[in-house]
Amino acid sequence: MATKMGLFRIAANQLACLLKQTSLRGTTASSTRCMHFNYVPETPSQDHGETARMNFFQSITSAMDIAMASDPSAVLFGEDVAFGGVFRCSVGLKDKYGAERVFNSPLSEQGIVAFGIGIALTGSTAIAEIQFADYIFPAFDQLRSEAAMYRYRSGDLYDCGKLTVRAPCSAVGHGALYHSQSVESFFAHCSGLKVVMPRGPIQAKGLLLACIRDNNPCIFLEPKVLYRSAIEEVPVGDYELPLSQADVIVEGTDVTLIGWGTQVHVLRETAALAQQKLNVSCEVIDLVSILPWDVETVTKSVEKTGRVMISHEAPITMGFGAEVAATIQRECFLSLEAPVERVCGHDTPFPHVFEAFYMPDKWRCLEGIKKVVSY
Amino acid sequence: MLQRSILRLLRSGISQTNHSRSKALPVLANAKCYATFESDKPNFPGSRSEFVSKPEFLDPDSVEGIPVYRALNHDGTFIDESQDPKLDEATVIKMYKDMTLLNTMDRVLYDSQRQGRISFYMTNYGEEGAHIGSAAALDPGDLIFGQYREAGVLMWRGFPLQQFMNQCYGNDKDWGKGRQMPVHYGSKEHNFVTISSTLATQMPQAAGSAYAYKMKQNGLCVVCYFGEGAASEGDAHAAFNFAGVLNCPVIFFCRNNGYAISTPTKDQYRGDGIASRASGYGMPTIRVDGNDVFAVYNATKLSREICVSQFRPVLIEAMTYRIGHHSTSDDSSAYRSVDEVSHWDQSDNPITRLRNYMVNQSWWDEEKEKQWKLDSRKMVMKAFAGAESEKRGRPESLFEDVYDEMPPHIAQQMEEMKAHVKMYKEHYPLEHYKPMS
Repeated sequence: MATKMGLFRIAANQLACLLKQTSLRGTTASSTRCMHFNYVPETPSQDHGETARMNFFQSITSAMDIAMASDPSAVLFGEDVAFGGVFRCSVGLKDKYGAERVFNSPLSEQGIVAFGIGIALTGSTAIAEIQFADYIFPAFDQLRSEAAMYRYRSGDLYDCGKLTVRAPCSAVGHGALYHSQSVESFFAHCSGLKVVMPRGPIQAKGLLLACIRDNNPCIFLEPKVLYRSAIEEVPVGDYELPLSQADVIVEGTDVTLIGWGTQVHVLRETAALAQQKLNVSCEVIDLVSILPWDVETVTKSVEKTGRVMISHEAPITMGFGAEVAATIQRECFLSLEAPVERVCGHDTPFPHVFEAFYMPDKWRCLEGIKKVVSY
Repeated sequence: MLQRSILRLLRSGISQTNHSRSKALPVLANAKCYATFESDKPNFPGSRSEFVSKPEFLDPDSVEGIPVYRALNHDGTFIDESQDPKLDEATVIKMYKDMTLLNTMDRVLYDSQRQGRISFYMTNYGEEGAHIGSAAALDPGDLIFGQYREAGVLMWRGFPLQQFMNQCYGNDKDWGKGRQMPVHYGSKEHNFVTISSTLATQMPQAAGSAYAYKMKQNGLCVVCYFGEGAASEGDAHAAFNFAGVLNCPVIFFCRNNGYAISTPTKDQYRGDGIASRASGYGMPTIRVDGNDVFAVYNATKLSREICVSQFRPVLIEAMTYRIGHHSTSDDSSAYRSVDEVSHWDQSDNPITRLRNYMVNQSWWDEEKEKQWKLDSRKMVMKAFAGAESEKRGRPESLFEDVYDEMPPHIAQQMEEMKAHVKMYKEHYPLEHYKPMS
């Protein structure tokens, strides 16, 4: 039922977008979501065997299903996860693994993360859900002062490496201040954590399994706009994708474009636009892991192209793009032909009706590329 | 925190609104059903109780405070013989020796901080009975989460004197590798989770570990110590609520010593201490005289039974008094009188009370006391000297254990630090550290 509703909604959105593009000009603003990007399904690796059509939330369920089947100590908990989760990511798991292993928690984010740390400390696997990344801040102390430092401060006597915190993040069209945030840079300053943001179902499943099994506390940020809109053939079996490894999505020679999460899809479209309108060849890199991040793949690309644009939804000041830019400046100084450009969210809270003007969309990104190539 | 209406919009759009409206209407239209609700017992999902026809406020001020359970009188005799746990001589003597050894160690390390030999220290004066009484009632496998003033629990479990000292000195032999401030002890072997400075963060973690223990069916429980000040943190609320709702076998052990640094309890809470909060979370609770090692022992033993047989959390509030300063960075005479302190030190001290009991049993006398004072001081001084003579670890170990494996960016920073220090070696105190590789 949930899936049917989802498909219906996707069809309705596509129709609304179509109508908006053709006949609605001049009429009053529509409340219907119109996606600011197109999702291009990816091809699963041959090595991972049989596949099935899944959207992003189904691939998350598949990953957690496999994690729980292969590790009897694994538990999954958070607000409203027992009935399947408000984004349907845990549908069916309580019935399959029992109410002791898949359960609701009281409504307290600091409690959820701490409870997960306590479980992980005993060697069991804890998969905690924060309902929206916007609500992870009550748990900031537990993540920053506790989870990130457990191993270090105890001299490796105790750790919470078996903890994974999942949270839906980023823009969704109408989420306003507290259903839209991209929180990765706050955690990028917390050594001891791993921070990951996938761009699609195949990648999400492999990375989530890697996070759950990694022996360090991981924050797994799921761009919620992709939950139903990103659909592709996903391997049904068990596979992991490497953390701290960036992906070159599109190869190019003139400018390196760096992003993560949903923004990778915006950059992919921008690269096509740049080729078409400016005859500029862009290399698109999905950073994938925010902490620790893959410096090598980035610098290798920049040494080739000599020009860089970094783009993320989060506000520009002290966004993770600043760290990437500073590192590029240090590592690739002699290769750079232009200043590193950043096209990001503005230094404002995330607005409701002004989302279209807030977002680093493909037109702002295209303008950024123009600046970089004409320097 | 979560706006459910917004959430619903995010998920399913307009059709959901229509759906819920059509579902709600028949209930309101059904007069018979409505009348039944009115005449019957309350049917709200959120509570279980009766209707009343006049407004009644529950005023905590009109209710007597939760009583303090005491087993042993000041003179060392039992108020009620049935409360004698009948511990054998060896056990009681170990209790006494651990309490006094902790006291001796406190004096030596406190003085050593005053002399600038260690950077920081926190004593346990007046609270030794709460530590030892509770620790003795637990299974050695029970997992302990502490705040920082529970060194007696480690002492009872056999944490070596040398390790206490090594940790305070942060030398190469410290199991914590010299990374944390003094008194932040931890031991895998003694099932004592490493202390951290952040108050109350350990409380909901303890609930999580207890949940995992319940799933493992290992017959053990988790014990979480905290002060009455820490109980004001949001994490305390999360811990009590999670433990209650998720049926976690955890003992929350509150040391209510009257002060959080300079803040007296009247500035900390308005209710009846910490124990009164338990019923709100669905937890059994007991308040005990924390200066009575046997009352603490009995209460902890019973709490443990409830925990492991019923899978429920229990809250113990041990009433005591912080005789020492909060820490070596604090002069408590700035906010409380010397008379008040000496009253507790002289007339209601857990060590004195247990000694009276032992003397009554003819298990202890002046001679033994004198000899033990000498012996324990000798042991402490030997460990102290041992720790002081030990070097600190390799400087580059500061980069280890951030992750399970060192990522490239940290490895690079380590190499940069090493190269720098080698170049400027005369400006760094290398003589105090093990050599860098």
